[in-house]
Amino acid sequence: MSYQIGGKSIEHDEEGYLVDIGQWDEDVAKMIAEAEKLPLSDEHWEVIHFLREYYTEYQIAPAIRVLTKALTKKMGEAKGNNKYLYELFPYGPAKQACKIAGLPKPTGCV
Amino acid sequence: MADFEVPPLAEDIDTAAPPALAPNAMAHLKTFPAAPAHNEALGFPGQLVENWQERAIEKMGELLEKYRSLRVYLDSCVKCGACADKCHYFLGTGDPKNMPVARQDLLRSVYRYYFTPAGKLLGRLAGARKLTEAVLQEWYTYYHQCSQCRRCSVFCPYGIDTAEISMAAREIMDHIGLGQKYSNEIIGKVHKIGNNLGLPEPALANTLEGLEEDVRDATGVDVKFPLNVKGAEVLLVTPSADFFAEPHVDGLIGYAKVFHQAGVSWTLSSHASEAANFAMFIGSYDQMHKVANRIRQAAIDLGVKRIVFGECGHAWRVAYSFLNTLAGPWDFLDPRYPRPQHILEFTHDLMTRGGIRFDKDANAGMVVTMHDSCNVARASGMGDRPGGQFTIPREVIKACVPKFVDMHPDTIHEKTFCCGGGGGLLTDDLMELRVKGAKPRMDALKQVVERDGVTNMVAICAICKSQFTKVMPKYGFDMGMVTSLHQLVSRAIRLGPGA
Repeated sequence: MSYQIGGKSIEHDEEGYLVDIGQWDEDVAKMIAEAEKLPLSDEHWEVIHFLREYYTEYQIAPAIRVLTKALTKKMGEAKGNNKYLYELFPYGPAKQACKIAGLPKPTGCV
Repeated sequence: MADFEVPPLAEDIDTAAPPALAPNAMAHLKTFPAAPAHNEALGFPGQLVENWQERAIEKMGELLEKYRSLRVYLDSCVKCGACADKCHYFLGTGDPKNMPVARQDLLRSVYRYYFTPAGKLLGRLAGARKLTEAVLQEWYTYYHQCSQCRRCSVFCPYGIDTAEISMAAREIMDHIGLGQKYSNEIIGKVHKIGNNLGLPEPALANTLEGLEEDVRDATGVDVKFPLNVKGAEVLLVTPSADFFAEPHVDGLIGYAKVFHQAGVSWTLSSHASEAANFAMFIGSYDQMHKVANRIRQAAIDLGVKRIVFGECGHAWRVAYSFLNTLAGPWDFLDPRYPRPQHILEFTHDLMTRGGIRFDKDANAGMVVTMHDSCNVARASGMGDRPGGQFTIPREVIKACVPKFVDMHPDTIHEKTFCCGGGGGLLTDDLMELRVKGAKPRMDALKQVVERDGVTNMVAICAICKSQFTKVMPKYGFDMGMVTSLHQLVSRAIRLGPGA
């Protein structure tokens, strides 16, 4: 299972999550988002970049509270909440946003 | 994800008929098998072994010797039909193989063929069949369409526990290299990192610091979320979803406020940063033992005197029913609290003694109902009175909100329906099953929303909360209705001296 992009083959799992986070770039993100039928706005990119930064530091996606707090600082209260995140990523911020950002899928009771 | 139709909700729950039979309606839905690395991390063969039939029958024989209950369950069904319309997955899908009796028969038929004289002699006439590739695939499909919620066993006149049969089937499949990705990957993360999420200690510490800041900003009170504090009195063991997801985290904030107001020193542990024990779902005693002993180790290392479990359904079953055998003796704990406690026992006790007080106005406008989580309802207790697992949560809710109503009596207490995502099925590859399996609970919720104006449904299990958040919008309910019990506590509790 792999994405084909710019002559490169990028391996993913059964659900489309990248196997190697290092193979991610913005073009890959655009392609995954397209497969999810999700046009990416500036707000989406804010989330995606924050996820990448956080993952690089902590090896895990941020908890929802950590994410909403970071977005409140960047985009204001109206956009720093769970409801807005679901508007951006209708399949759920934790999973859909992680997939597009090239992060592994959060596992467990979430 | 394939498209499927969301079943329409019942107009009237009292007169609703069982679904029309839809043979093989769910035969297409197979959960992702585990990769070799996921299986091997738990000591199982990476992939299906060559002599799998032989090994499976050998394992079945071993389990029959080890668990007398399994043999009794396989021998004693008289096909009375009492269980047929009791499973939420049957009610939501109409697939007759999701009737508990039919699910049991998938294993029972093989048991008869290899382990009973009648089955050996008469074969199909005695309901016996060989373990073939097709039978194995059927096991894999339908034993991963059972959430081991045990509602059927409440209605079985012989007390046959389908969950135990489903656990045995999964154990046999793991033994021959046919594991499930969702559960096995997660158990591997617990061994490696300490929790289902794979949340490493620095991320946990960062998340908890953020919560301290949030609560301070919101209340002006310095409520702590301590991690790895040696000498604390209480070790809180909670599902890692409480650190990560909504509305789970609102419950965690509630626990912290209760400890703060009680003036009890407490701590979380990064070694035991998970209450869940998914090894129960795959029926592996060895794995359960290994997971549970992380809690023992953390309790000893930190020198705590009490262990309290957060809102997690099957964790409470494991803690209440099995923890002493799995990870005891707990002789180093405070003799007044010789076994692990539930956070609701802790909160209820304080509330009853006047140690904490609530302000219902903080939850003004709410009409609350409660979804009993299957493992808490049917496999545990709370407090020292029978039925405490039903009364204690409700008494705490009623102290926190202006109005509480129960859902239909056939859907609460020991007759509660599974949320549709328990037992290792809370995975996106089973979304069709999860949505359809939630229908019986949604039917009951619809009734109280229409009749009583219910605004919030409380759950005390991380799986229930995540499952409902995901599937309720499919039935037209707002995901914000799903509420942690300690979220209500968090809003209502009076903080500060003299509160």
